[in-house]
Amino acid sequence: MAYFLARGFAWLAVAAVLGVVLLFLGFLVVRGLSTFNLGLFFGKTPVWAAITGRLPVWHGIWPACVGTILLVLLASGLALPLGVASGIYLAHYAQDAWKRWFGLAVEVLAGIPSILMGLFGFALILFLKKTFVPQANTCLLLSACCLALLVLPYLIFMTQTTLESLPEELRLAGLSLGFTPWQNMLHVLLPAASRGVLSGVILAVGRAAEDTAVILLTGVVANAGLPSGILGKYEALPFHIFYLASQARTEAELAKGFGAALILLLITAALFLGAYYLKSTVTKSWDQKDLLI
Amino acid sequence: MSIQREIPLAPTAEAALKTHWRRLNRRQGRVQALLLLATLISCGSVVAILGFLTYFTVPILTEGHLTAIFSWSWRPFHGKFGILPMVAGSLCLAASAMAVAYPLGLGICGFAHGLGPRWLRGPLMGLINFMTSIPTVVYGFVSVIFLVPLVRTTFPASTGYSWLTATLTLSLMILPTIVLLIQAQLQQVDAKVRLASAALGFSPSQTLLWVMRPLAARGLWAAAVLGFSRALGDTLIALMVAGNAPQVPHSMLDSIRTLTAHIALVVATDSTSRAYQSIFVSGLILFAVTGAVNLSLRRLQSRTPAGKRHA
Repeated sequence: MAYFLARGFAWLAVAAVLGVVLLFLGFLVVRGLSTFNLGLFFGKTPVWAAITGRLPVWHGIWPACVGTILLVLLASGLALPLGVASGIYLAHYAQDAWKRWFGLAVEVLAGIPSILMGLFGFALILFLKKTFVPQANTCLLLSACCLALLVLPYLIFMTQTTLESLPEELRLAGLSLGFTPWQNMLHVLLPAASRGVLSGVILAVGRAAEDTAVILLTGVVANAGLPSGILGKYEALPFHIFYLASQARTEAELAKGFGAALILLLITAALFLGAYYLKSTVTKSWDQKDLLI
Repeated sequence: MSIQREIPLAPTAEAALKTHWRRLNRRQGRVQALLLLATLISCGSVVAILGFLTYFTVPILTEGHLTAIFSWSWRPFHGKFGILPMVAGSLCLAASAMAVAYPLGLGICGFAHGLGPRWLRGPLMGLINFMTSIPTVVYGFVSVIFLVPLVRTTFPASTGYSWLTATLTLSLMILPTIVLLIQAQLQQVDAKVRLASAALGFSPSQTLLWVMRPLAARGLWAAAVLGFSRALGDTLIALMVAGNAPQVPHSMLDSIRTLTAHIALVVATDSTSRAYQSIFVSGLILFAVTGAVNLSLRRLQSRTPAGKRHA
């Protein structure tokens, strides 16, 4: 009896979730695809003039796309060296007692809600205004720093676990051939772990591209045009979607929201699939003890 | 060094080798120092976040506004800055989203482990994995366009921006977290007991219900705790569809405001210092709760695996 109930419930749960998710995706794709054209990106501005920044774009999502791309590049540029270096340190250099504490800190960092990263950036600016730099204001660079904090745990975790999952023979072989530990890391272990690390990087990029709560508090605005510099305000795709959800007055603006939402989804989905593929090849190659990739 | 001693070298060669080694050693030291520095920065950021939140909360304690912050009324224009309605809102929303998502997650995991056909397992888990990549703001957007009007027409008393709408949307967002955690635990247990329970004559679904479910208790708890903390930490869905009225909800159709949405709203609109103080207290509360969740998860994971004690 319990068995039949459980079975029925499982089928019901799967049917409900499948139905809702497919409906959701279908709704978004159908409404979004119909808006795809050059006007969605550039409004009525000539394409080339818009791309070179000669003319401002008023009714397109081009400035938001540029803002998001810059933001992601800056954030990953900040987080990548820090995250990979920390991952290497935790995997191969830290002593056990320290490793426990550092690991704990990384786990807590991973659990902090993204709005708190934004609040941290906001508090930082308040603090700077009060003390050293009275003209400090929220900007692209600040958002990138806070986003870097947000994605740091992904990078550390993926680097550390991939390095630790490498076969011990690989490490010993390099050392016995006379590599110093760092040469061994640079020329043997890191290349062997590169796919795992890369999948971590891609996941981090996807996370940085989609997060809205952080940038909401650290300098994103609805109409900034192309970002003027890393100390200026900027537009971003996720915030644009958020803004249109509450402020869209006409059918055309709503359609633009659907277009932007679908583009953001396509970006994050593509990044996710890339990371998924890379991760699956990592596990496969070590499962087969196939040391020479 | 010892090998080098056995083979006689010209004095100049020996000196050259020694400088080379010294240089290598120095570089080792430098590299290690750099790596340690990076790790200290990464881990120090947690301390920095906590430090800044505390720094901006201290004035409340010294000025004695703490009781005013922990009160039930948020009316900034009347000098009332109570955040307890938001605390209640956060708890209500997280709890209700879990109440929807957790049973669904259990059902899906059961389906993948014996209650459903085997060929559906791959595509189903693929889809759940894919759901982790859907941006929160996209969930919010579709919910505003699709679900809010639906709720409004179904319950004319409501504006559509309600606890109910946020619950449904949020439960969809935290579902993958729950499913993937339980699934990982079930897979571990499955590898250990599959043959034994098959040899005893259990069917796959009987194995799931009577052998694996008790053994996977740890994973079930971890999924519940982590799912709850995810729901608590979400900002965008609450901000977009929950309505944001600072009140204690009386029904699922009432509008509510969460701590996370409160922080975003105050930063966007208010500018009085008392209002700002309240968001740093909210931040500290969120930090404390999510931190506690992670610590308890760590304890949960470090205890002896449930599977070992029995098998």
